[in-house]
Amino acid sequence: MGLQSCVNINKEWDIVGARQMGRDIAREIGFGTVDQARIATAISELARNIYLYAETGQICFEVIDNINQKGISMIAIDSGPGIRDISQVMEDGFSTSGGLGAGLPGVKRLMDDFDIKSEEGKGTEIRALKWVR
Amino acid sequence: MDTVNLDAANYKDLLKRYIDTQDEQSLYGAEQISKLFIKNNVPPEEIINLHIQALSELYPNLSEKTGHSMNFLLETMISYGMAHQEYQTLREKQLELKTEIAVAAGMQETLLATTKPSIDGLDIGVISVPAHQMNGDYHHFIKGRDGSLGVAIADVIGKGVPAALCMSMIKYSMDSLPEESMSPKAILENLNRVVFRNVDPSMFITMFYAQFIPSEQKLRYSSAGHEPGFYYRKKEDTFEEIEAKGLVLGVSSDANYERYEQRVEKGDMVILLTDGVTECRDGDRFIESEEVLEVIKGYAHLPAQDIVDHVYKHFERLQNFQLRDDFTLIILRREV
Repeated sequence: MGLQSCVNINKEWDIVGARQMGRDIAREIGFGTVDQARIATAISELARNIYLYAETGQICFEVIDNINQKGISMIAIDSGPGIRDISQVMEDGFSTSGGLGAGLPGVKRLMDDFDIKSEEGKGTEIRALKWVR
Repeated sequence: MDTVNLDAANYKDLLKRYIDTQDEQSLYGAEQISKLFIKNNVPPEEIINLHIQALSELYPNLSEKTGHSMNFLLETMISYGMAHQEYQTLREKQLELKTEIAVAAGMQETLLATTKPSIDGLDIGVISVPAHQMNGDYHHFIKGRDGSLGVAIADVIGKGVPAALCMSMIKYSMDSLPEESMSPKAILENLNRVVFRNVDPSMFITMFYAQFIPSEQKLRYSSAGHEPGFYYRKKEDTFEEIEAKGLVLGVSSDANYERYEQRVEKGDMVILLTDGVTECRDGDRFIESEEVLEVIKGYAHLPAQDIVDHVYKHFERLQNFQLRDDFTLIILRREV
C-alpha cells in the first residue's frame, strides 16, 4: 500500500484539482493514455457528486502495488445527505445524466472495482479501483 | 478483398494505404472496420488510441503538437464511450422487457379466452384486436343453462399492461358469479362493487352486458357507461343507437343499473363495440359513427363473422395498419 493523497472538494474548481492529482498518479504507475482519461472522468463524476449533493467532501488516492499487479484506488467521502436507495442510483438511465452514460453506473463501468456505502443523513463513501493492464 | 480484422497492424496498414493513395478502396476498408468496431463494442476512445498508435509508428517525427491534439480528441471521446455503453445495456434491457411482455400477452390470451358459442337461430361475429401487445378490451360469451346467451363487452380507460391486468380481474369476478344472478343489471352491480373495491380510483372500466333469450326473441341489457351499440332493423334497413344509461364501473360503491329490453326481429342485428372502433382516425380526423354503420351496411349480406372481419380490415387500412386503440366489434343477428 502506498501513501494516501487527498483533495478537498469545496468548489467546482476542486474537481479539476482532483482530476489532476489522479491523472498524475495514474501516469506515474504506468496507465496508458486511454485509461488515464477514464480515471480522470471517473474522478470528475465522484467529485461532481460531492460538489453538487454534499457540498463538501474529500477524494483520496492510494497506489496499490502487489507482487503481480499495480493499480490506483480512490475513495470519495462526504458527510452529505446520503443516498436512500442505492440500487436505484446504480440503475442505468436513472440518474440525472439522462442517457449521457454518466453517474455512478458510468463510474462503475470505467473502473475495475466499485463499492459504495451510504447512510441517509450521514454521508456516502465510494471506493473505486482500477488495475494497470 | 482481404477479410478485415481489428488488430492494430491492420488499421495501420489501411491508414498508410489511404494516406499514400487516397483511394476509395481504403475508405471501403475503413467502413468495414467501423462496423467491426460497433459489433465488438469498441468504445470511441479506443479507436482514437488505435489511430494515435498507428500515426506514431508511421510517422515517428510527427510534431509534438499533433500528438497533444490527438490526446485532446481522445479525452473528448470518453463520455461518448460511456453513453454508448449505457445505451448498449439499456438496449439489452429493452429486449428482455419485450420478451416478458410477449409472454404476458400470451398468458392473457389464455386467461381471457372465450369461445364463440353456437346458438340456434343466432349468427354471431366477433373480432378483438389489441393496439399494442396486450388487450385492454374484453369480451366474453356465456351460454346459460336456460339456453340464453350472455355477452359482455368491456373497455378499460387506458391501454397496455395496466389495462390488461385489470381485465383479468373482471374475467375472474364474472366467472365467480352464480348463474342465478345472471341478469345484466345484477351482473353489472356485482362487478361494480368488485371494481370499486379493488381497482385504483384512476382506472375506469366501461361495460355493456347483453343477454339474448331465444325462446322470447328478446335482448335484455344494461350498460355501465359503455360506448353505445347499434340496433339494425332489417325491415326498415335502418340503424339506431342502443340507448342505455349507467355509471362507469368503479366510480361509486352502490351504483344502480337500469334494465332495458328489446325485441329482436328476424334479420335484425345487434352491434356492440368499443371506442377503438368509433374513434378510428382517418388522418387527423376522427371518423363518425355513421361511417362505421355505412361499412357494416356494405357487408350486411354476409355472415356475421365475415362482416366484422371486413369492417376491421377496412379501418385497419384506413389507419395505415396502425391501430391507436384496442378494437373490438361484436355482431349478433337473428336468423330464423
